[in-house]
Amino acid sequence: MAITIDEVYETASMILYQNFDIRTVTLGINLKGCIDSDFAKFKKKVYEKICYNAKSLVKQAEKIESKYGISIVNKRIAITPISIIMETHPSRRKFLEMAQTIDMAAKDSGISFVGGFGALVHKGLTDSDRMLIDSLPEVLSKTERVCAFLNAGSNVAGLNIDAVNLLGKMLKETARRSRTGIGCAKFVVLVNAPEDNPFMAGAFHGIGEGDFALNIGISGPGVVRSVVEKNKDCDFTQLSEVIKRTTFKITRAGELVGRELAKNMGVDFGIVDISLAPTTAEGDSVAKIVEGFGIEKIGAHGSTLAIALLMDAVKKGGAMASGNVGGLSGTFIPISEDLGMIDAVQKKALGLDKLESLTAVCSVGLDMFGVAGNTPAETINAIIADELAIGIINNKTTAVRILPIPKKKAGDLVKLGGLLGSVPIMDVNKYSAKKFMGRGGRFPAPVTSLRN
Amino acid sequence: MRKELSFITVIGLDKKGIVAKISNILYLNDINIEDISQKVMEGYFVMTMLVDMKDSKRSIDEMRAELEKLGRSMKLKIQIQHEDLFNTMHRI
Repeated sequence: MAITIDEVYETASMILYQNFDIRTVTLGINLKGCIDSDFAKFKKKVYEKICYNAKSLVKQAEKIESKYGISIVNKRIAITPISIIMETHPSRRKFLEMAQTIDMAAKDSGISFVGGFGALVHKGLTDSDRMLIDSLPEVLSKTERVCAFLNAGSNVAGLNIDAVNLLGKMLKETARRSRTGIGCAKFVVLVNAPEDNPFMAGAFHGIGEGDFALNIGISGPGVVRSVVEKNKDCDFTQLSEVIKRTTFKITRAGELVGRELAKNMGVDFGIVDISLAPTTAEGDSVAKIVEGFGIEKIGAHGSTLAIALLMDAVKKGGAMASGNVGGLSGTFIPISEDLGMIDAVQKKALGLDKLESLTAVCSVGLDMFGVAGNTPAETINAIIADELAIGIINNKTTAVRILPIPKKKAGDLVKLGGLLGSVPIMDVNKYSAKKFMGRGGRFPAPVTSLRN
Repeated sequence: MRKELSFITVIGLDKKGIVAKISNILYLNDINIEDISQKVMEGYFVMTMLVDMKDSKRSIDEMRAELEKLGRSMKLKIQIQHEDLFNTMHRI
């Protein structure tokens, strides 16, 4: 059946008026083959491997943008978790030098971010992992395009509290060294981290992957918001249906772009991750979708149900549209990147406690929110641990990206600039969990892990 | 030789000469028009043209630049996109 004018118009208006785009094409690269006992040679091999593949990614992605008239906003690289390949070079100076090498490779090849400067520590910390965490304040403040992550727990291993306890201090130090705490925006701690996540800051090329994998991130809060606004009076099932149908269509576009790009580059196509990821562009807001459902302000009672409905419908639409849907598919709810979320925090409709409950049903976690710079490190550790516990117990990925911004207090708004938007500083509970967190060790794997 | 089909979408206010000016550009570049539809949707005049670019003198990128230039002068949004995008999004 021929494509109708209505269908052409629907696609055209998604792109023209509703900010629909391919949010990211992320090429995963295995760097294990670059390891060399001569550190200078090792760095050179890493630089060359990233540059060569990144340049090809940018060139091929631009060709596809042109063919389909659809913007691919970010071209990014994910690499093997760096602590693994740095095992034989465990020094802080070398970690920094490696980060600077990767940063330079990204700049020289036109890549906005490289993810994977991190470690898998869900069960324990190696010397290399500790060295990596030690190096992060310097790495995150002295490089622009390097993103770091830590996988601190998993369903089958439990939650590494000792690793979490290192983070509050590290993040405060990172914030102190970088302009308005922006370094912290490039670090995320997760549990059950997917090995093929295309989104930053948590992207890395998993150790179970092949030499290359191309993963696609699709967004489109504006498209979903538009369809919600056109269906003001339908009931919950119908609302879920219209979101599902729209998500199906935009995921199909991602699938097309991903398959063609992977084929043209001669690499394996990994997954399409359909995650509504807001930007500070007008209308590109997840909070506004929820408000379009009929909730006065996100954070009001009913918001958790609304996010659950949205999340589930997005996943179902995505699952039908692609043979390989990414594990994070659903919706991100960052604060700083979403004008509706910022407004809700400033109007006190949304606090940290309600945000935490929303993350129990959203696809990732507490994302891009600010706390006062004088928040005790152990309180930051406890905020992180609470969020990660939700993931461990509920068989899902959860993550935290927190900005403890020096000299700022609850109620302030800090401009981060660019894609990162502005971050409101949120109130934290003044009572302490210091003694509890200080027990250390590992939260054992939950009973749901005993499936064999 | 197989057809290389793309959709041209025009959105804006209706006025004289839209079809004539676009058709002329297509003719000058050896691009054949396979189908034309037009309709008013959500208050906009919308026209789509299915075109075959297999003999085209110019790439889709160059055509986009030229059509966008025309669009600016006529206060219209004009897009050109390969038909695979629409088939993938709207047909299973």
